[in-house]
Amino acid sequence: MREVYLDHGASTPLRSEVVEAMIPFLKEQFGNPLSLHRFGDAPRQAVEEAREKVAALIGARSNEIYFTASGSEANNMAVKGIAFMNRKRGNHIVISAIEHHSVMNAAQTMEKLGFEVTRVPVDSHGLVDPDDVAGALRDDTILVSIMHASSEIGTIQPVAEIAPLVRDKSKAHFHTDAVASAGTVPVNVKELGVDLLSLAGNQFYGPKGAAALYIKRATRIMPLIDGGIQEAGRRAGTENVPAIVGLGVAAELAVEDLEERRQHLIPLRDRLIERLTKEIDRVHLTGHASQRLPGHVSVVVEFIEGEAMLLLLNMQGVAASSGSTCTSRALKASHVLTAIGIEPGLANGSLLLTLGRENTMEDVDYLMEVFPPIVDRLRQMSPLYKEA
Amino acid sequence: MPAYSEKVMDHFMNPRNVGEIPDADGEGSVGNPVCGDMMSFHIKVDDGRLSDVKFKTFGCGAAIAVSSIVSEMAKGKTLEEAKRITNADVAAELDGLPKNKMHCSNLGADALHKAIEDYERKTQEA
Repeated sequence: MREVYLDHGASTPLRSEVVEAMIPFLKEQFGNPLSLHRFGDAPRQAVEEAREKVAALIGARSNEIYFTASGSEANNMAVKGIAFMNRKRGNHIVISAIEHHSVMNAAQTMEKLGFEVTRVPVDSHGLVDPDDVAGALRDDTILVSIMHASSEIGTIQPVAEIAPLVRDKSKAHFHTDAVASAGTVPVNVKELGVDLLSLAGNQFYGPKGAAALYIKRATRIMPLIDGGIQEAGRRAGTENVPAIVGLGVAAELAVEDLEERRQHLIPLRDRLIERLTKEIDRVHLTGHASQRLPGHVSVVVEFIEGEAMLLLLNMQGVAASSGSTCTSRALKASHVLTAIGIEPGLANGSLLLTLGRENTMEDVDYLMEVFPPIVDRLRQMSPLYKEA
Repeated sequence: MPAYSEKVMDHFMNPRNVGEIPDADGEGSVGNPVCGDMMSFHIKVDDGRLSDVKFKTFGCGAAIAVSSIVSEMAKGKTLEEAKRITNADVAAELDGLPKNKMHCSNLGADALHKAIEDYERKTQEA
């Protein structure tokens, strides 16, 4: 059976160059980067090289890059680290209504600890209006966190328009969660004008277990993990050297072929969106049609439920994802789909197809060969469906 | 994929008794699309026995499998026997369901019982 992986938003396959670079650090180069003897030398050097490569990916300096274990950790470090450090200056945080759980729930935790959180709405395409962010700013706002791109609906936010407003109208630090976009579209911290930015290697063909937070020079944060002097004392704990090395190589490769990958993915994405919405009745795109991640396709299919679609697609060799209530472990409706105005019943028909560099137009054709009969089969079973 | 038993996957992939009965003797529905699962049962009753049971379900793999096995368990049973089928029996018959699916998706017996109540109400009125 043909196997088609369309879940790059969940994780990407590792590039062979990445795996090769990691192997020595799983074998003979096992030393601790902090060690003063020679076993520490190669790992220490490798971590610093990786830091330079990650910095180059986003136009930062290497001493502004802090390695973490995941994008979620980077987001928590930014939100909580800034909030704790600045609580004497103010206790107001601004986020968007469609942030990843790791930003949304971190902000909620700070709310429980006495901070106030304003959630800026989005329009039906998932776009934040920069004026809404500006309007939410107060004298006591210490942090604004607006994501760069949504993993759930693919929409890319006008961060470069929002950041100057925040800088001019407040004392707040600006963080953007670029986990879904860094390594996939051009992300430059200076062009975006952000103070903090999160990224994760497993989103661009690197390993799980290595991610990073960019913290602009002279920005102070409170560490989440206290301990030794790793990561300049801001994130203690022995470095995950193999994963960090892998992240570095993935970042280097991303710099080289990011544009080529975009040019490859956009036609696949647009073809898939066009065929899904034209060839199957009552399928609707979610998110923005053009201000969107290059390989990202998200739709809602009326009258049927996401998990059932995923199971049947899996039987046909297609790996996909959904934001339906049933597929969420928490059994909660997606806050992102709710925020863009999708009614809860329809949100359960969410289907997420995220393309990657190894996908081809044949994969798109294969999906369109196997998926319509699946929709038809589930609709025939659905009490909500009445044939037009 | 969720940890479904072989039996759940069999009933999800090959659901028994999908459909509606045009001249049904009783109809019952539970759930709603908002919570992710909705099941609708139609029954036909002959001599106090369920001579036919059909279902339509909006929902996940577990919801579809539950509906299918309930239709199979109920068919041919007397009304009294069918009323004694519990959601727990259904889960056991499917060799178990994942924990988070026990409540939201395991509503098949409730839908069947509603269809039987509907039938009983109609026959009492007649």
